[in-house]
Amino acid sequence: MSRLFIYSSTAIFNFVCNVGDMSILLGKTIYWVFMPPLKMQRILIQSKKVGPDSFMISALIAFFIGVIMSLQMAGQMTKLSAEIYIPSVVSVSLTRELAPVLTALIVAGRVGAGITAELGTMTVTEQVEALKAFAVNPIKYLVVPRFLALIVMLPVLAIFADIIGILGGFVICVNKLGLSPSLYFTMIIQSLTVKDIVTGLIKTFFFGGIIALVGCHQGLNVKAGAEGVGKATTASVVISFILIIMADCIFTTMFYFVFDV
Amino acid sequence: MIEISNLCKSFENNIIFSNLDLTVKEGETMVIIGRSGAGKSVLLKCIVGLMSPDAGSIKIRGEEVTTLEEKEYNKIRMDMGMVFQGGALFDSMNVEENVAFVLNEFMNLDPSIVRDKVRDSLLLVGLQDIEKMMPAELSGGMKKRVSLARVLCMEPKIIFYDEPTTGVDPITADAINNLIVDLSKKLNVTSIVVTHDMNSAYKVANSIAMFYHGQIIAQGTVDEIRHTKHPVIRQFISGDARGPITDGENLVFGHAE
Ligand SMILES: Nc1ncnc2c1ncn2[C@@H]1O[C@H](COP(=O)(O)OP(=O)(O)OP(=O)(O)O)[C@@H](O)[C@H]1O
Ligand SMILES: [Mg+2]
Repeated sequence: MSRLFIYSSTAIFNFVCNVGDMSILLGKTIYWVFMPPLKMQRILIQSKKVGPDSFMISALIAFFIGVIMSLQMAGQMTKLSAEIYIPSVVSVSLTRELAPVLTALIVAGRVGAGITAELGTMTVTEQVEALKAFAVNPIKYLVVPRFLALIVMLPVLAIFADIIGILGGFVICVNKLGLSPSLYFTMIIQSLTVKDIVTGLIKTFFFGGIIALVGCHQGLNVKAGAEGVGKATTASVVISFILIIMADCIFTTMFYFVFDV
Repeated sequence: MIEISNLCKSFENNIIFSNLDLTVKEGETMVIIGRSGAGKSVLLKCIVGLMSPDAGSIKIRGEEVTTLEEKEYNKIRMDMGMVFQGGALFDSMNVEENVAFVLNEFMNLDPSIVRDKVRDSLLLVGLQDIEKMMPAELSGGMKKRVSLARVLCMEPKIIFYDEPTTGVDPITADAINNLIVDLSKKLNVTSIVVTHDMNSAYKVANSIAMFYHGQIIAQGTVDEIRHTKHPVIRQFISGDARGPITDGENLVFGHAE
């Protein structure tokens, strides 16, 4: 019992320390974003890793989520003869919640882990120290491009996920439930508001920041060798997942109670 | 040029140096010898500001650097080059981009000038036609030489070599020794060379310092060190498994009974 207590309190303590350190890293990163020169090429290279390279997997998952949601609802809604509302529910829940969060989780697993492994290896092989020795700030050189790439590309991926998820719903509603294509889209246009899309995208912007900061922070703080890189990569994914879900909860609450959307 | 006084550094309970003093004059090549794990690499990293000492002072050109802001330190770093023990090449870049790193980062030079400079630097360390190779494709000794070329390319006034000749064949090692001597003679570069290789030490040093138990226990010219009576240094330079350094140490593999 006391073991469990010690274990969990250490875990919470470490987590809070991590978040504290990451806030400091965030401050430094924002400072360096605004310190010229900003090398576009480095940002583009990272953006490609986040955006185009993650597109297929995030599109695939969004498509199936659209399919699954429509199928799950089909049973209940048919009983109520309310199939016609399936497009509305699918599109609103996708744009507000599912597409942003699932895309963020996919990118955290794919890109965030990659960032930690790469920076972690650079740290243990003294490459980060070499940067410093050549008067190059590692935050400017390594963190800033990844941070910018993620906060720009994650919303883009989420927009595509919105669209593709809705197409997934389309396939089921039109083929299985007998809705006409034009009705499917009319229902979506009627129920989906700009607010739904915007609140979803605002979240992804912050999720992108979380993934970049967690990934870089874990990578730059790797202590010992290959094992350390492995541990940091795992920690990176776990911490990003927790923070993304926590942030999602905070945003949803805030949108609901404060902004009433 | 570089004055270190009362430097202290420890990792948790592991004391690396206590009140270490060392002075390197301008244009001098100082060789630091000492056992593996003694803390030579840590000393170089403290001077370059990659690790911060617990106490003491490091002055470079009269300027106290231990309390310096990063930005000011970077101005000094522009004149310093460090050849890392493991090479520390950037493994996402090819050899050319590695060697040209500082040029690309801080100077807006014409690509053809950069290419020429890279080729010249690589030639100085005896490498050619490897510009497009990735660090992962190089041998250990080649990595070390590319790392040296990367430092030469930035034309520093102070160079720190962390074991420049370990892991390279004797012929290349000798060429690197000559290079170190040349740089110091022709360009008046100030260097600190960390090495275990006594041949190299004798060849390049103006002054040799022995690092032992967290302090510089002796410092002198090549001849002074070579003919010293100090038992610890005698044991080290002759490479004897038995002697005052290893007293009470259980070097099982060294005791041919
Ligand atoms: N980042 C670190 N954290 C904790 N301890 C460290 C760290 N770096 C070095 N040490 C310790 O400092 C001591 C000196 O290490 P250092 O790398 O300076 O040795 P060295 O004299 O360069 O040895 P070698 O000749 O084998 O390169 C070692 O005992 C090592 O355990
Ligand atoms: Mg060393």
